[in-house]
Amino acid sequence: MQEPIADLLLRSLLPLIEGAILGTIPLALSSFAIGLVIALGMALMRLSKNRLVSGIARAYISVIRGTPLLVQLFVIFYGLPSIGLVVDPWPSAIIAFSLNVGGYAAEVIRAAILSVPKGQWEAGHTIGMSRGRTLVRIILPQAARVSVPPLSNTFISLVKDTSLASLILVTELFRNAQEIAAFSQEFMALYIEAAVIYWVICLALSSVQGSLEKRLDRYVAH
Amino acid sequence: MSPTDPIAADPSGADPSPAGQALLTVRGLSKRFGDNEVLKSIDLTVQPGQIVALIGPSGSGKTTVLRSLNGLEVPDAGIADVAGEVHVDFAASPSRAEINALRDRSAMVFQHFNLFPHKTVLENVIEGPVQVQKRSKVDATADALALLARVGLSDKRDAYPFELSGGQQQRVGIVRALALKPQLLLFDEPTSSLDPELVGDVLDVIRELAGEGWTMLIVTHELQFAKQVADQVVFMDGGRVVEHGHPRDVLVSPQHERTRQFLRRLLDR
Repeated sequence: MQEPIADLLLRSLLPLIEGAILGTIPLALSSFAIGLVIALGMALMRLSKNRLVSGIARAYISVIRGTPLLVQLFVIFYGLPSIGLVVDPWPSAIIAFSLNVGGYAAEVIRAAILSVPKGQWEAGHTIGMSRGRTLVRIILPQAARVSVPPLSNTFISLVKDTSLASLILVTELFRNAQEIAAFSQEFMALYIEAAVIYWVICLALSSVQGSLEKRLDRYVAH
Repeated sequence: MSPTDPIAADPSGADPSPAGQALLTVRGLSKRFGDNEVLKSIDLTVQPGQIVALIGPSGSGKTTVLRSLNGLEVPDAGIADVAGEVHVDFAASPSRAEINALRDRSAMVFQHFNLFPHKTVLENVIEGPVQVQKRSKVDATADALALLARVGLSDKRDAYPFELSGGQQQRVGIVRALALKPQLLLFDEPTSSLDPELVGDVLDVIRELAGEGWTMLIVTHELQFAKQVADQVVFMDGGRVVEHGHPRDVLVSPQHERTRQFLRRLLDR
């Protein structure tokens, strides 16, 4: 006898949340953290006066933004083994997502750095700071405020995009949903349940974004 | 410099030999931006404790002189010497370290204040002493509070710059410069972006500093102020020093037609 849908949804809630907590969320968080480091590096390279350095960053950003994430993921997981590089599903996913975030966030960070008035660089310089120290202590904190909204968008997109990792066998929220759906044949119910969980995660992130923006806005006239 | 100094009327001349070691000596400072020659061999001598007002039409190069001394521009040629201790020859393509050594002798007060908007007033002031000069935070804070008290901003220590008026922001800008304990204070049109009624407060602070023996180089359009406070006025035009000398000479009975024109135009406003 088939069990009622409500029971199935309730019973699958735990595995789906487990998929979110053990898969989706750590995958998104680690990829975003690594991606931001890549992005900052690419943004600074892009701002370099050395044309080779800025050209490399420009090419990287162009390739990342100009090709589908799914294709990038497949190149790493299914493509690399053919040249002898076998990467496990989790590292493959983290590499692909980090590189992807790196490309998108680089432009955000670059624009944010450029939005800080030149006088701030000069003020840092005049109190004796090097370029590096001025960047870290004066420019980036101001750039951070400007880049929170667009970077939050990048992060929210990333959380949803981690569902693509199910296609390279990473156990996360959506893969668990697929498995239960295949077993119970209740595709509609399971996929909507998965969608609702993604939505709840993103709602929580939006509220985090809101309070972060508020915090960083404390030194701006309203 | 005596008012009868014959050099005052000689744009190309070197300064008279000073009694002691000059605090700042600039010789042959030249700078071009592309085709635009903004400084054409500028000479300048500032004695310890002197207040020098740099005046002249916009584009005359006065701001570039200040910026060159503070390492914000690198001249193509000329020398700058501070107290015989730091000596930079710009023609010899000095290293960043040499330029920084020159910069560290002075501190700049900007026309647009350039306070750090994400830091409180106190944090703005102690940033340089603590982060760069590696002084203890307690020590730097005590100094900063004393300086803020002197410009009447004790109660604003925890305010962010956006919460202050322009005049208050500029006073913080001055305190931020003083906190570095520089040998030379550089003011780049410190009152030009202030509402007229706020100009007085800032000029009063500068006047007070003048009385305490600070050596200052001030780019300004406030001729009345220059006349009262400056020991030496330097009139620049087209990247050259046209004339310099005692304020009475340069501002009241200028020798050069170009200076007269400039003064007339300012007074006619």
